[in-house]
Amino acid sequence: MSWFIARRLLSLAVTLLLATVVIFAVLEIVPGDPARLMLGINATDDAVATLREQLGLNQPVLMRYLSWIAGMFQGDLGHSFTYGSPVAELIGERIVVSLPLALMALAISTAIAIPVGIYAASRRGSATDTAIMAVTQFGIAVPNFWFALLLVYFFAIFLRWVPAGGFAGWDEGIASGFRSLLLPAVALALPQAAILSRVARSAIIEVLGEDFIRTARAKGLTRRAALWRHALRNALIPVVTIMGLQFAFLLAGTIIIENVFYLPGLGRLVYQAITQHDLPVVQGTVLFLVGFVVVTNFLVDITYAWIDPRLRRRGR
Amino acid sequence: MTDPVMPHMEVGLAPETSLASRLLASRSFATGAIITAVIVAMALVSFGWTPYDVTKIVIADRLKSPSLSHWFGTDHFGRDIFSMIMVGARNSIAVALVAVGIGLAAGVPLGAWAAARRGLVDDALMRFNDLVFAFPSILSAVMITAIFGPGAVNAIIAIGIFNIPVFARVTRGAALSLWPREYVLAARVSGKGAARITVEHILPNIANLLIVQATIQFSLGILAEAGLSYLGLGAQPPMPSWGRMLFEAQTMMAIGPHMAIFPGLAIIVTVLGLNLMGDGLRDALDPRLRGKG
Repeated sequence: MSWFIARRLLSLAVTLLLATVVIFAVLEIVPGDPARLMLGINATDDAVATLREQLGLNQPVLMRYLSWIAGMFQGDLGHSFTYGSPVAELIGERIVVSLPLALMALAISTAIAIPVGIYAASRRGSATDTAIMAVTQFGIAVPNFWFALLLVYFFAIFLRWVPAGGFAGWDEGIASGFRSLLLPAVALALPQAAILSRVARSAIIEVLGEDFIRTARAKGLTRRAALWRHALRNALIPVVTIMGLQFAFLLAGTIIIENVFYLPGLGRLVYQAITQHDLPVVQGTVLFLVGFVVVTNFLVDITYAWIDPRLRRRGR
Repeated sequence: MTDPVMPHMEVGLAPETSLASRLLASRSFATGAIITAVIVAMALVSFGWTPYDVTKIVIADRLKSPSLSHWFGTDHFGRDIFSMIMVGARNSIAVALVAVGIGLAAGVPLGAWAAARRGLVDDALMRFNDLVFAFPSILSAVMITAIFGPGAVNAIIAIGIFNIPVFARVTRGAALSLWPREYVLAARVSGKGAARITVEHILPNIANLLIVQATIQFSLGILAEAGLSYLGLGAQPPMPSWGRMLFEAQTMMAIGPHMAIFPGLAIIVTVLGLNLMGDGLRDALDPRLRGKG
């Protein structure tokens, strides 16, 4: 197991290092001078030159990359051109919106998908199973931002149960915070729930065909008992894997939903930073999100290998 | 934009002769193919004819509900929503189709090369895949289009880049399962090189698999294009796009919800059609997967 973890850790480090190179390189070729963008079109050349010096933009590319990496190890991701605050601080302020939103979406998606998947698998081939599969097929096809608009129309405009957008902050109370995140979380959860329920159904059907289930049935267990006592635990392994992957992408996937609901989260921060050419914020936030994806995948891999020893052997 | 890759399939199982009959018998495939054909036909017809001019603003007709004269109603500028959906279909299909083309053109040779060479090349490809998959696709697509400028071409590049590792992975996996087969060994013994074996024996046998993956990526491309257009990073006005129609509808939800309903349904129907087609194809190619979801 320790060999497996070491290999995965090395792979994680290499991926992260390459990601820093890609992020830095892509933003290097962005057209336009950040100093001129910050000062506006009426700024004098002297003012632009002074600001470039202050921002360290006159240093060679390699030096800037290395100082960015060195700063990162000390928790310094640079300063935002537009906000004037440290990027790490901005990420800290925004993650308290995006992380609960992603967690809520994952909880909603799981709460719907697992029972639906189990129910459909246990009635494979029936009219109910066909209907459930048709609904999930529809769910996968729905763009989450369109579903968000419908939710806003019905629950915020028509029924006036929840706010149509914005986030007052957790200082206003936990209940108020959750109310603001409820519709965005439901909108994010729908396609994920559709995918997850299909994965759960498929995994359970696969396990139900295994020899050990036939043995359990031959020993006198009812189909239902075999499903609950033996099949479910085994089928949950791929489901948990997909959930891990979905969680990482839910956090990054908030970029559109946060714009629909005007939520001050990471997605909106990075979108605004991109449109305002605020490079330190773009670099820091994208790296943070990529790091989150890579670390989540690493943890999923480790958990998976811990549960299923065959994978450890395969990883050698 | 998630990056689902179809489940592992043993390639070359189904005899080619019965593929057409299995496809015709598949309700999924037939339904999906009809839906897709209708959407494509609508997009093609829009080049020559639409019920109304999509660039013409008629303030007197603004926010009209669906009726016989305007099937899907009108928007806040009095433009006919059905006509805009017809023209928008062109953009969605073109962006997603070319993005799939980029994925196929770059990903298939990469995957086939890695499977043929193994060793360092294979390792490098796997690391490249890990790297691309570490970047949440919607985030990177937004980054690319925002940095290099909004527009259909940059949207195609942004979506296409993420199709490359998907096709590379599918091609590599399928090709690896074929290399130890007897007919490939026979070809090697007869003196054929890796490139020739790939072109003559490997690619024809994994073509079906790639077609299925292409339909999946096509439907994901439609959703991705809609997302980018919604953020204002896709096709630019006056060219209508489904995503931007939804963005414009957002502030009109209280007085004109039909402005959001119909473009959204257009996206759903198109994606649904492609997914059904993909499911039907997958079932026809590997009957063991039928009904497994």
